Amino acid sequence: MTTPETRSVIVERDFPHPPEKLWRALSQPHLMAEWLMRNDFLPTVGHRFNLRGDWGGVLECEVLILDAGKRLSFTWDHVNDNAAYDLRSVVTFTLTPTTTGTHLRVEQAGFRTDQKQAFGGAMHGWDGFLSKLEAVVGRDL
Amino acid sequence: MPVSETPNDILFRSLSDPTRRAIFERLCRDGEQTVAALTAQAGVSQPVVSKHLAVLKLAGLVRDRPAGRQTHYSAQLKALAPLVDWTHEMAGFWESRMDDLEDVLKRMDQ
Repeated sequence: MTTPETRSVIVERDFPHPPEKLWRALSQPHLMAEWLMRNDFLPTVGHRFNLRGDWGGVLECEVLILDAGKRLSFTWDHVNDNAAYDLRSVVTFTLTPTTTGTHLRVEQAGFRTDQKQAFGGAMHGWDGFLSKLEAVVGRDL
Repeated sequence: MPVSETPNDILFRSLSDPTRRAIFERLCRDGEQTVAALTAQAGVSQPVVSKHLAVLKLAGLVRDRPAGRQTHYSAQLKALAPLVDWTHEMAGFWESRMDDLEDVLKRMDQ
């Protein structure tokens, strides 16, 4: 049996704020809750926590890397007995100071190529995806 | 149904009806269900639910499993694969998180 090929998602953005401030937003639970999800994060390597999405899903996470102001990495797992739903991934935030603020690179790695639907659907809710679909194809039906 | 329809046409058509889509979404969300259980929440009669399930089955979106006098239906998410690019969707997720992060950073100044 071969190991399924994995892919990753990389999103990058420049912020007009210093790395120290960005780091606070990335690593303080009440601030994380404002832009990511409700959580019981603690800035400690090995700390296990949950991210709870508005759609009802719960992600199981563990802090892997904590390099203040520079890099934060944690696991991002959506555990399910059904392989098509089961997601094991790692999210890494890398901060690089720039002349105008901070460059943030977000990488989520570990998607299996045979896993194209389940978690993405749960994340956005089927409504969003399917209502777009309806707008495209629903007119003549 | 026109003979020129591709499998994707069938897939799109099968999901374009709101009632049918609600049935499919319910199966995605709650897992395997009987026709009776689906009917209880669908707001339409059991024969109508059965018809919708037949269309979904034709599109490969649901699978039926007879058990005694009941038939259980489950969502087949693999059938959606042609329509969903997983990584593209996650990138969209992170882009929108970054938008919210920008707002948080602005508020932190105040």
